[in-house]
Amino acid sequence: MKLRAWLSRLAGMLPGARRERERELAAEIDSHLQMHIDDNLRCGMTPEQARREAILQLGGVEATKEAYRDRSTIPFLEHLVQDFRFAIRQLRKSPGFTCTAVLVLALGMSASVAIFAFVDAALIQPLPYRDQSRLVAVSETAPDYPRALLSYADFADWKRLNHVFKSIDAYALNGGFTLSTRSGAEQAAGTRVSAGFFRTLGVSPLLGRDFYPGEDSPAAPQTVLISYAAWQRRFGGTDDVLGKTVTLNGSPHVIIGVLPRDFHFAPYGGAEFWSTLRSSDSCEQSRGCRNVFTVARLSDGISIQAASAGMQVAARQLQREYPESNRDLAANVESLRDIVVGDVRPILLVMLSSACLLLLIACVNLTTLLLARSDSRRREIALRGALGASSSRLFHQFATEGLVLAVAAGSLSLVFAEWGMRLLVSIVPEDKLESMPWLRGLGLDYRLVAFACGISLVAGAIFAVIPFLRVSAPDLADGLRAGTRGSSGTMWQRVGAKLVVVQVALAMVLMVSSGLLGRSLYLLLHVDTGMQPDHLASAQVDWLPDRYSTDEQRVRLERRTLKEIAALPGVRSVAVSLTHPVGSDWGTTGFHIVGRTDQGEQHEVISRQVSPAYFKTLEARLIRGRYFRESEDASKPPVIIVNRTLASRYFAGEDPIGKQICYAWSPRIPRQIVGVVEDIKEGSLENANWPAVYAPFDQNPAGMLTVLVRTSMAEEAVLPQVAATIHHIDRDLSVHDESTMTDRINGAPATLLHRSSAWVMGTFAGIAFVLGIVGLYGVVAYSVSQRTREIGVRIALGAEPRSVYRLILTEAARVVGVGTVLGAAGALGAARLIRGLLFGVSPWDGPTLAMAITVLGLAAGVASFIPARRAASIDPVEALRAE
Amino acid sequence: MDDKADVWQGTLALMVLKTLETLGPLHGYGIARRIEQTSGNLLSLNYGTLYPALLKLEQEGAIASAWGVSENNRKAKFYRLTRAGRKQLDRAASDWQQTTAILARFLSPSEDAV
Repeated sequence: MKLRAWLSRLAGMLPGARRERERELAAEIDSHLQMHIDDNLRCGMTPEQARREAILQLGGVEATKEAYRDRSTIPFLEHLVQDFRFAIRQLRKSPGFTCTAVLVLALGMSASVAIFAFVDAALIQPLPYRDQSRLVAVSETAPDYPRALLSYADFADWKRLNHVFKSIDAYALNGGFTLSTRSGAEQAAGTRVSAGFFRTLGVSPLLGRDFYPGEDSPAAPQTVLISYAAWQRRFGGTDDVLGKTVTLNGSPHVIIGVLPRDFHFAPYGGAEFWSTLRSSDSCEQSRGCRNVFTVARLSDGISIQAASAGMQVAARQLQREYPESNRDLAANVESLRDIVVGDVRPILLVMLSSACLLLLIACVNLTTLLLARSDSRRREIALRGALGASSSRLFHQFATEGLVLAVAAGSLSLVFAEWGMRLLVSIVPEDKLESMPWLRGLGLDYRLVAFACGISLVAGAIFAVIPFLRVSAPDLADGLRAGTRGSSGTMWQRVGAKLVVVQVALAMVLMVSSGLLGRSLYLLLHVDTGMQPDHLASAQVDWLPDRYSTDEQRVRLERRTLKEIAALPGVRSVAVSLTHPVGSDWGTTGFHIVGRTDQGEQHEVISRQVSPAYFKTLEARLIRGRYFRESEDASKPPVIIVNRTLASRYFAGEDPIGKQICYAWSPRIPRQIVGVVEDIKEGSLENANWPAVYAPFDQNPAGMLTVLVRTSMAEEAVLPQVAATIHHIDRDLSVHDESTMTDRINGAPATLLHRSSAWVMGTFAGIAFVLGIVGLYGVVAYSVSQRTREIGVRIALGAEPRSVYRLILTEAARVVGVGTVLGAAGALGAARLIRGLLFGVSPWDGPTLAMAITVLGLAAGVASFIPARRAASIDPVEALRAE
Repeated sequence: MDDKADVWQGTLALMVLKTLETLGPLHGYGIARRIEQTSGNLLSLNYGTLYPALLKLEQEGAIASAWGVSENNRKAKFYRLTRAGRKQLDRAASDWQQTTAILARFLSPSEDAV
């Protein structure tokens, strides 16, 4: 009954129904009156009397119609529709204003929406693990390493000793597997895990089974789980993949399962093969060989803090039991999300705050626009008020107008945000995306749309309330009188000027922040790597564990590789090292200095086995002594070269040349220092230089090598030939990580983070700058237009153009000055907050601040000069007559 | 005029339905006159308020309308009770009788009163 009535009332709102109804009602009332008049006449009234009486009894024709109308539609909705139509009409009447407003707001909102999408993907969306908030990452901390690897033996003891985890499982730090295929050896991403790894994460295979407990024991047959991507790419996605055998690192592994499609584990983003750790492997048997990280599931009711405290107890027990290897080692428990999301969190939070600042600027900017508009509409509003529009009805109209603007901008901002997101993701190179698996969750989802709706509503509310406050009831009457001139302008100027101060200050904050980040990026890209990065390329070479097992074999391989690659066209010089420069911080060793008392102390330093031409190929700089000689092989006395940081840290005030050091591993052979080189960036780009020792490859042949090539032609062009040459030497060698040094520097994780944050902040600052300057221009120009008469009078009374300029420019300068000072103060505060993201530049960087002030000052000068010139050229006769 | 009672909220619909049940299809003016007469001229009815009430009943499906010709050869819109309207009338009438019976017992002290 009720529903039917509402539906029929809703239908009554259709324009056709309305016309029909009006006609019918008019006819019905007409016939009612006629019948009543007939009756009255029969009772002997005069025609006038009869008519009057009938209308009186009806209670008025118009009132009846009004009551009937209210009943036949839904008045609230009808008003809404009317307000909406009115708002559209108003906005269409001033397309310039509407476009500017929607565009400004959409820009501001899209920045927030796009950044929120990243925050959502990285920090809000759940990881693809069961009950993921209870998962933690546990690592060891050593004095210089807050997040250090632990040995398999330590992991086994932790598993036994801890009372805080339901389960704890390990994954190895592993460069991947050498996969034997029909076309030769190939490097495949993957790692080894303890048998319960996937159970701890709460991930079940899509196909097949998980490792059963104990499948990581030495006796169990070797099995492997493959990723969904590997299943599709290498096995055609067929079900008969289970039970097939793949040869990883030379030994056959049976495929037992396929992992779910949405599974990812950021430390091994692109991993294709997951096999089991073996306690029988050589590294796993030594407590000094650290090669695993762990994940654990907290026991019920245990917080991360409690787990950390519990783990310290276990770590201390190991310290006492194994003082040799576990000295100073504590445990570090942190949320797994921190490992997955990594260094991105602080950057995202800074970006989100900046986006919010930008949104604030856009809102303030739009508010000045709306204020100017409401000022010019005072007369219209006053008139409508005088004609009986209620205050609440007027408010509804403003609110609708604000809401229409905000919703239009909100919808547009989703489109902009989508572009922005694609643009941001495109900054990240393809191969880096795998280490940011959370980016897969990026896109327009309901949280994002809700976020956009939320900020639209807030913005709409601001736009509704502010202009209404300006023209509310008290000055309605005033509005009719004031009309085109008078006091209204000065009030607006005061508010408008304050809003411009806010905009300038916020723009300043963003400009300084982006300046600092931009300088950081520049400094990072131009950081002294201790080498000449152009025309330098490198490729990693790995072999199966059972091949090249003796030193002689490895040396023979190295020599042949060097000889054959040196013969390639375009190669000027070639060398090998343990791994790429500008790489990771791994490959370290402990050492002690012969003749020093601190025998037991372990200094952890980077260690690289290199061929003699390494330093020449990199174009490193020798400080003292000499480089290695070609003849220095195992038959000659062991020699090493150290870098400047090692020399100054451990041989301060001494000449290191001729001193002897021993590596921490046995046999402890003394090695003589023969040279000191300028620091080369062996580890990650943004970290401070670490002490490093270099030994001749021929004296310490490593179990892997990286080929470095200095070319005379484009270095990319040489890489395929390098790979072909190595495959020619031995088709079972796998070649991977082929890269040019320039790409390594530009694509380093630190560079990526700095580049994306610098770009994003730069864009924000650019928009903020433009909005601030446009806002200033708007205020000054409006003020000039409001004061045309006053300025006309001044000029008529003999004011020079110069003094008119001064009048306008002083006003603008005051606004900009206050804004800049506040902005500079805010920028210093903001810079302290982003300190962690800066590289090589202090938060109080004078040149950046000066630059921002100069740019802002110049632009502000231009923006206020244009209206000032218009003011100075006002014709007094015209100005006075116009009113 | 001043002594006349106003039409109570909600009772107008009941009166309209009852009128249509008693007299069959009738136009708005007729319904208004009938209500006035039935009340013995004790009710003051603003004829205009009848039309929104008729519209409401029609929207609810209790009555239906069609144009016809009145006894005086005037074109008029006639309202008639639908089946749903008859049910609504029965329900409303019995509710109302119950209410008035209860009130009557409250208001007239009888021998049963304790």
